[in-house]
Amino acid sequence: MKYQVDKKGYYGEFGGAFIPEMMHPNIEELQQKYMEVINSYNFRQDFIQLLKHYVGRPSPLYLAKRLSEKYGSDIYLKREDLNHTGSHKVNNTIGQILLAKALGKKRIIAETGAGQHGVATATVCALMGMKCVVYMGALDVERQAPNVKKMRMLGAEVIPAVSGNQTLKDATNEAMRDWIRNPVDTHYIIGSVVGPHPYPDMVTQFQAVISEEIKMQLDEHIGREYPTRVIACVGGGSNAAGAFYHFLENEEVELIGVEAAGKGVDTSETAATLTLGNVGVLHSSRSMLMQTDDGQIVEPYSISAGLDYPGIGPLHAHLCKTHRAKYLWATDQEVLDAALELTQLEGIIPALESAHALAALKKIELKPTDVTVINLSGRGDKDMETYLSHFGY
Amino acid sequence: MSTQNRINQLFEKKQNNIFSVYFTAGYPDLNDTVPTIQLLEQNGADLIEIGMPFSDPVADGPVIQQSSTVALKNGMSIKKLFEQLENIRESVNIPLILMGYVNPVMQYGVEAFCQKCQEVGIDGLIIPDLPLNVYQEEYQTLFEKYGLHNILLITPQTSDERIQEIDNASSGFIYMVSSSSTTGIKNKASDFHVDYFERVNQLSLKNPRLIGFGISNRETFDNACKYAAGAIIGSAFVKALDQKLTLEERISGFVKTVVSPA
Ligand SMILES: Cc1ncc(COP(=O)(O)O)c(C=O)c1O
Repeated sequence: MKYQVDKKGYYGEFGGAFIPEMMHPNIEELQQKYMEVINSYNFRQDFIQLLKHYVGRPSPLYLAKRLSEKYGSDIYLKREDLNHTGSHKVNNTIGQILLAKALGKKRIIAETGAGQHGVATATVCALMGMKCVVYMGALDVERQAPNVKKMRMLGAEVIPAVSGNQTLKDATNEAMRDWIRNPVDTHYIIGSVVGPHPYPDMVTQFQAVISEEIKMQLDEHIGREYPTRVIACVGGGSNAAGAFYHFLENEEVELIGVEAAGKGVDTSETAATLTLGNVGVLHSSRSMLMQTDDGQIVEPYSISAGLDYPGIGPLHAHLCKTHRAKYLWATDQEVLDAALELTQLEGIIPALESAHALAALKKIELKPTDVTVINLSGRGDKDMETYLSHFGY
Repeated sequence: MSTQNRINQLFEKKQNNIFSVYFTAGYPDLNDTVPTIQLLEQNGADLIEIGMPFSDPVADGPVIQQSSTVALKNGMSIKKLFEQLENIRESVNIPLILMGYVNPVMQYGVEAFCQKCQEVGIDGLIIPDLPLNVYQEEYQTLFEKYGLHNILLITPQTSDERIQEIDNASSGFIYMVSSSSTTGIKNKASDFHVDYFERVNQLSLKNPRLIGFGISNRETFDNACKYAAGAIIGSAFVKALDQKLTLEERISGFVKTVVSPA
């Protein structure tokens, strides 16, 4: 159990809960109750039923034949893009809304970058009849207008975060400030495996359904419960955490995370945290982050708003440090090429985030007998404008 | 901890109406830090909190966020701040506290930071995102080695049991956050949770308390002082610095709106 969170909320030296005292009652309540609630019979029943009938799980594990032919090795795609709302994010929001209800909360807040997590949160709030407030960087509100409209139609209030660079990091700051101002009836649904303990572990538990299904589905496909490797893109790291989880202790399985290099890791316009960052505390957990020598957080950049984050979940910092997982990076250009390749070989338009995982195929050695699973974390509908402006269709 | 610490001396000398002021180092101009401290003391401040600006101050409202952004643009850093404070004890006698977030302190190096604090004459630290358990496990020994009080916060939601725990772990004073909020400005005393102030006063704590967050003018200051040894003004002061007057005029002008001349 080398890769599980310990009692104090750490993965090795990473994690913990560096919270201001104002957040203590809520975080302590979550720390004390989350395991009990999510392991309870009623919770499991509701969670499994909603994932099945509302989200549409299990998501298929699809052998991408033409892609496999091209690379001379079997490549399976875990189709999180086919989930309701279009990405893996909904696995977590279903889990957290049920938890919030169990804790008697009446109001939900969330942060969002590209809007995928915001939409997934607004969706489950509509489903449960809960009040929903989503913080989104003012710049992202402009860049991701369709998702903003979706959230509003779903009944959520979208509040533009006007501090800092007005992107995901700032939206997260604003959500935390909201929680400080509303300590009693509000639950904060964090969208990735970041934030104070227990969020990284809790979100990992909700996303772990991805690797649980991969095991069963691989058994059907190849008569073996594990692949040669699993590849996933990493922003905060929730889809990767879910895709890796049930393989963590099986060291035969190679785990590869792919970060967003933006315009390149040798430029200042990048979001490759594990490649370029060092240890620090952001959003209440100790992990790797992109910062100046003076400890100020550096603004990241990526073509995909969902990977545009200067930190990374503490689990990934630990997996990287212990060499259990390997972290590569892909540039905007490599990502666009990979997205077009999948679109034209398989008829699947991936999210820009997920295309980072696809881009790794060109960066690793694939043997003919290998079985590679790529977590296709989301679909590309939200990215059409970016794709069209680059490909000019 | 030695009673030489200026914070303890202050509370021995004065049990009421302690007038404490927060400002952000390097704001409005990079080199305003030292004159601001000197002018505050001259105008009657009993204690000063010097804010170390951080890019992502989650416990702060818009005014202090804005001042932090400006200070960072001006080139403020912990290293720069220690340079500015090098000779501060030649001209300033009141207790000085540094307030800031844990990440820049970590990057500076915790021990080097504490050592430097002692060298320049800092008496205490307020690090809102350094919670009690992490402080006790990783930082307390160093803070004590260099004679620094760690000032911990309590809020209206903090349970009696935890307040006792915080009291036991405190040595200077307890920072009583006035209401459920980030730092900011409240103009009316009726915005405060009087029942919470009274609850805390009945706990017979060993440490004195100062009330902060939202204190902005004579009404809110006087009201807070009814329930604690004094109060801390932050955002309202920082906002007052943003005027087209000399630094001296801005500071003396603001102080007059809160306390009467001694
Ligand atoms: C489709 C998709 N994949 C991945 C991510 C990145 O998040 P994480 O690293 O937590 O999986 C996002 C975030 O918005 C997303 O929308």
